[in-house]
Amino acid sequence: MSEINTGDTAWMLTATALVLLMTPALGLFYAGLVRSKNTLNTFMMCLAAIAVGAVTWTLVGYSFAFDEGNGFIGGVGFAFLNDVTLEPRDGTTIPHLLFMAFQGTFCIITVALVSGAVVERMRFSAFLVFAALWSVLVYAVLAHWAFGPGWLLDNGTLDFAGGVPVEMGSGFSALAAALVVGARKDYGRQALLPHNAVYVLLGAGLLWFGWFGFNGGSGFSAGNSGVLAFTNTLLCPAATLVVWFALDAVRDRQVTAVGAATAIIVGCVLITPAGGFLSPSWAMALGALGAVPSYAVIVWRPRTKVDETLDVLAAHGVAGLTGILFVGLFAQTSWNGVSDGLVYGDAGQFGWQVLAALAAPAYAFTATFVLLKVLERLMPLRTSEREEALGMDIVHHGEEAYATGEGAILVEPETSPPRRTVANPT
Amino acid sequence: VKLVIGIVRPEKANDVLEALYRAEVRGLSISRVQGHGGELDRVETYRGTTVKMGLADKVRFEIAVSDPFVEPTIDALRQGAQTGEVGDGKIFVVPLERVVRIRTGELDHGAVTPVGP
Repeated sequence: MSEINTGDTAWMLTATALVLLMTPALGLFYAGLVRSKNTLNTFMMCLAAIAVGAVTWTLVGYSFAFDEGNGFIGGVGFAFLNDVTLEPRDGTTIPHLLFMAFQGTFCIITVALVSGAVVERMRFSAFLVFAALWSVLVYAVLAHWAFGPGWLLDNGTLDFAGGVPVEMGSGFSALAAALVVGARKDYGRQALLPHNAVYVLLGAGLLWFGWFGFNGGSGFSAGNSGVLAFTNTLLCPAATLVVWFALDAVRDRQVTAVGAATAIIVGCVLITPAGGFLSPSWAMALGALGAVPSYAVIVWRPRTKVDETLDVLAAHGVAGLTGILFVGLFAQTSWNGVSDGLVYGDAGQFGWQVLAALAAPAYAFTATFVLLKVLERLMPLRTSEREEALGMDIVHHGEEAYATGEGAILVEPETSPPRRTVANPT
Repeated sequence: VKLVIGIVRPEKANDVLEALYRAEVRGLSISRVQGHGGELDRVETYRGTTVKMGLADKVRFEIAVSDPFVEPTIDALRQGAQTGEVGDGKIFVVPLERVVRIRTGELDHGAVTPVGP
């Protein structure tokens, strides 16, 4: 068994905090994209993912993902953090407990990502139940396939930081969730515009910042693969931004800010499965070429009846799939020390990447679809039309994001002891 | 020539615009206002502070129309804004002394009748 390395541990502590920051950052990004009356609810769905995701992950999620079990799902050996100690985790030089926490932040951000498909209409309580079940039944399973000792990892599928569980997992689940929950009542009838583009830009910037921990930490050390992934996390999204500017300019003769924020996310997603496997030049090529399919889906999706509201499918599902396939083509042993892609002589590697790109979307979509269909029978998933019109902030949280205080009458807090009621006044 | 003032729920403003468009009422202005019309107060809580929101957000339509358009305008406002709950708003119709179109100096009926394309 390897020894704990304090340098690696220090970096992974930092990386874990960086990844956790991504979830409030996503809250800001999503909140800016919705209408002002739904700002808080949208942000709260991301905070709910932290609340619910951290708990389910600790109880059973981590075990289902990383315990031996079978190829499909892990066992219950690590349930309730049984045997998850300060000893080094197998194959790493960091404490097992820290490894669990780092992976937990991945589960959290993925749950939060899915909320983008159902904002502005899903009931908050229904989302809490969905988030808890989804984090175990969908995320943990996909994480087992790609990260744990699951069938994709065992067969050598390359997924550096979560193209399978995080990106394709959230993207294709988002599509299923949008289909089951249904479109917002105003979708296709009114222009539903982002209410604060600055939130969107700031959220995207903070997500990029956090992503250095997400990708840079996925080598579980301060060593070569972490450094490569870290640098590629700078280069790939930058290339995506450049191409996105060009695509925007060609389409509308103007380069848009909300488009740029989207490009940052797409670029970070593209490099997620590929970070520690590609040379910096190929990472930039991935960022540039990979912008195109996601851009196309973002332009096309609003013309359909599918109200996948914040385009999780385009930004995460499609970009994650592109990244997974790209690794299979251009991975280089000289850079990653693990495997070559098709272009560098290993066609079999590409085959396993293709299989991952088929299996992960299929499972994510089907499992989420069935899960929500079952939930729908137990509780209403969406809020009423009237409540949707009023806005989720007032209806589900009793607060407004931009309260002016005009006309607000202070209700005295109940300071006096409860009034004694006379049982028998006679 | 009358000024029709409609005060409606903000979430119904788009429906009203649509209904007015269908009724071929073209000239209007809107503003965001706050008001109270007897609806139940909404309670909000921020940390330890609980407040009753005595004023609700509304959208105020101001539409100057010639006499034959008064009824269609009222109908459109009602049709677009009605939910059946308390707080749907009010419509006020007031006479206008004079209307002037700034561009041409046209008066009254001419000033509130949209020009052709």
